[in-house]
Amino acid sequence: MAVTSPAPVAPAVPSGARPRRRTAGPSRPAPRTATAVITLSLIAAAFAIPLISMLEFSLRTADGHGLDHWIALFSPETAGRYSVIWTGLGNSLILALVTVAIVLLLLAPTMLLVTLRFPRLRRTMELLCLLPLSLPAIVLVVGLVPIYLGIGRSLGTGAWTLAFAYGVTVIPYAYRAIQSNIDAVDVVTLSEAARTLGAGWLSVVLRVLVPNLRRGLLAACLISVAVVLGEFTIASLLNRSTLQTALFVVNKQDPYAAVILSLLSLAFAYVLLVLIGRVGGPRRGPRRRRDRATS
Amino acid sequence: MSTLTASAPSTGLTVRTVSKSFGRTTVLHDFDLEIRPGEMISLLGPSGCGKTTALRIIAGLESPDGGQVFLGDRDVVSVPTNRRDLGMVFQSYSLFPHLDVAANTAFGLGMRRVDAAERRTRTAEALRLVGLEAHAERYPHELSGGQQQRVALARALVTEPRLLLLDEPLSALDAKVRVQLRDQIRQIQLRLGITTVFVTHDQEEALAVSDRIAVMNEGRVEQFDTPERLYRTPATSAVAAFIGTSLRVPVTVRDNTALLFGLAVALQAPRADGEATVLVRPENVIVVQAEPNATVLSSSFLGATRRTLLRTDEGLELIMQHGAEQTLDAEQRVSVSVRPEPVLAV
Ligand SMILES: Nc1ncnc2c1ncn2[C@@H]1O[C@H](COP(=O)(O)OP(=O)(O)O)[C@@H](O)[C@H]1O
Ligand SMILES: [Mg+2]
Repeated sequence: MAVTSPAPVAPAVPSGARPRRRTAGPSRPAPRTATAVITLSLIAAAFAIPLISMLEFSLRTADGHGLDHWIALFSPETAGRYSVIWTGLGNSLILALVTVAIVLLLLAPTMLLVTLRFPRLRRTMELLCLLPLSLPAIVLVVGLVPIYLGIGRSLGTGAWTLAFAYGVTVIPYAYRAIQSNIDAVDVVTLSEAARTLGAGWLSVVLRVLVPNLRRGLLAACLISVAVVLGEFTIASLLNRSTLQTALFVVNKQDPYAAVILSLLSLAFAYVLLVLIGRVGGPRRGPRRRRDRATS
Repeated sequence: MSTLTASAPSTGLTVRTVSKSFGRTTVLHDFDLEIRPGEMISLLGPSGCGKTTALRIIAGLESPDGGQVFLGDRDVVSVPTNRRDLGMVFQSYSLFPHLDVAANTAFGLGMRRVDAAERRTRTAEALRLVGLEAHAERYPHELSGGQQQRVALARALVTEPRLLLLDEPLSALDAKVRVQLRDQIRQIQLRLGITTVFVTHDQEEALAVSDRIAVMNEGRVEQFDTPERLYRTPATSAVAAFIGTSLRVPVTVRDNTALLFGLAVALQAPRADGEATVLVRPENVIVVQAEPNATVLSSSFLGATRRTLLRTDEGLELIMQHGAEQTLDAEQRVSVSVRPEPVLAV
């Protein structure tokens, strides 16, 4: 009677609910393998089921399943029909690039400058950077329309100009990512140490700060790319063609193609994340050697 | 090829009437300091008296509101930190977390574009100097606090700077390591003959390592002298209070002498006749053969010495520090007096 059975009941128990406690040893909040497995399975299912359904849908043909839609999408004779997608994808990639550049070349240096030289401005900076979070995209667009009229006149209406708006929308996320890294490293002491050792400001930034802030900078870039590739509202309302607006257009003509392209863009984003993670991961992590001499 | 041995090209340091305020708080005013080449001095003072600020101004990490800083005979106030050719060890751990011990140590050589072969030999030598040659491939997080500060010292010394600045480098370490490392720092400093400014709030540390100590109080140097003279003849009551223990004894002054237990003791500085308070060191309080004038309250054994608490018949409580062989019992009647050393009247 000591242990209640792990229950075939209620397969969809919310993980937080903990319906059954072991009556023995209540003082020990042991890691419950069963709970962990169920939670992970639920999460995996939540991600996998829509993806699998999309894949299944894209494989449907008039008489069962096949690769017809996939082949059609990539065959030369139908290429023209989907060219809007490729333009959109190209634009989105350029936008992602420019946005990342804004984060790395504008936001990050500003944050370092505030940390190192103007620590009093930190609160103001934080407030400003988190502000866009509280603005719904629609509201943002209302404000952006007149600005983009001006931008259109001076810089043209190229899709890349959207990066200015995206720069604003990604700032809160990029800021948090970088700031938490700055807080975890004693940036001030490290750069002062480097300066006393003869490093000029450029060396301080490139040799000391960037290597130690790599994780934060990387996270900021990743989240910026993710936001840009997934953004629809602003692009649509400002009449720019991006991956998401193109998908929307294609979806109306050919839902199969739209689903296939969505799958592909997800796969692409995934590969991108893995790649960047590889490049940015610990280069030659602290090699722990078996020590010959200690003390 | 230059190597880390004796006679690094040392320079004197002169700080002249430097002042510095942060907003409305004046941290330094009329701050003066003159250090000879090869000398190791301490900036000693209570927390918040401006030691770090003074050191940072010398390093160029902070710019003074007024005054001059001379390295050798060159005013360096407008020279940026990275061109001042100095080494500095900070209070908090400041090793670069992404570099191993060897790369940390070699950092300054890289900045000076020293070629790879020489960089390796000089790095190895600097690490040998602090006894960490076996740890060259470790990362900072794999080292103890004391080891990290030793690497920081090696990193600061490897470029053979003209001036070494140490800002409470031992304050984060535990007592035993602190004593070992401070002695090691002093040995290395003497061996290299490098001009060194050591900041500390610990008088014992300052007394142990310095040629001279600048006692700071409220943003100024109160007295700058050898440890011995600071202890024997403190210039102000702040210095006397900060270095060692002093008893405050009320006296009558006549002809620049104070009458202490019937003994005429010279004053360090002239003073008008009248009532005054003088500072007496506990080891200058003695028991003599005479009519008893005090009662022993308690006596405790401290190893090499004893510390005895007395009350005179006038009601004055005194601490006497004396040799362990002299035993005094509570309630015992004794005749208390002082050694005839000059005293400071405050
Ligand atoms: N950057 C700064 N901004 C404002 N006040 C400061 C700054 N640096 C130091 N202070 C103030 O100056 C005084 C002296 O500081 P510091 O030089 O660090 O003293 P110490 O090193 O002797 O403990 C302190 O009261 C401190 O609060
Ligand atoms: Mg300090």
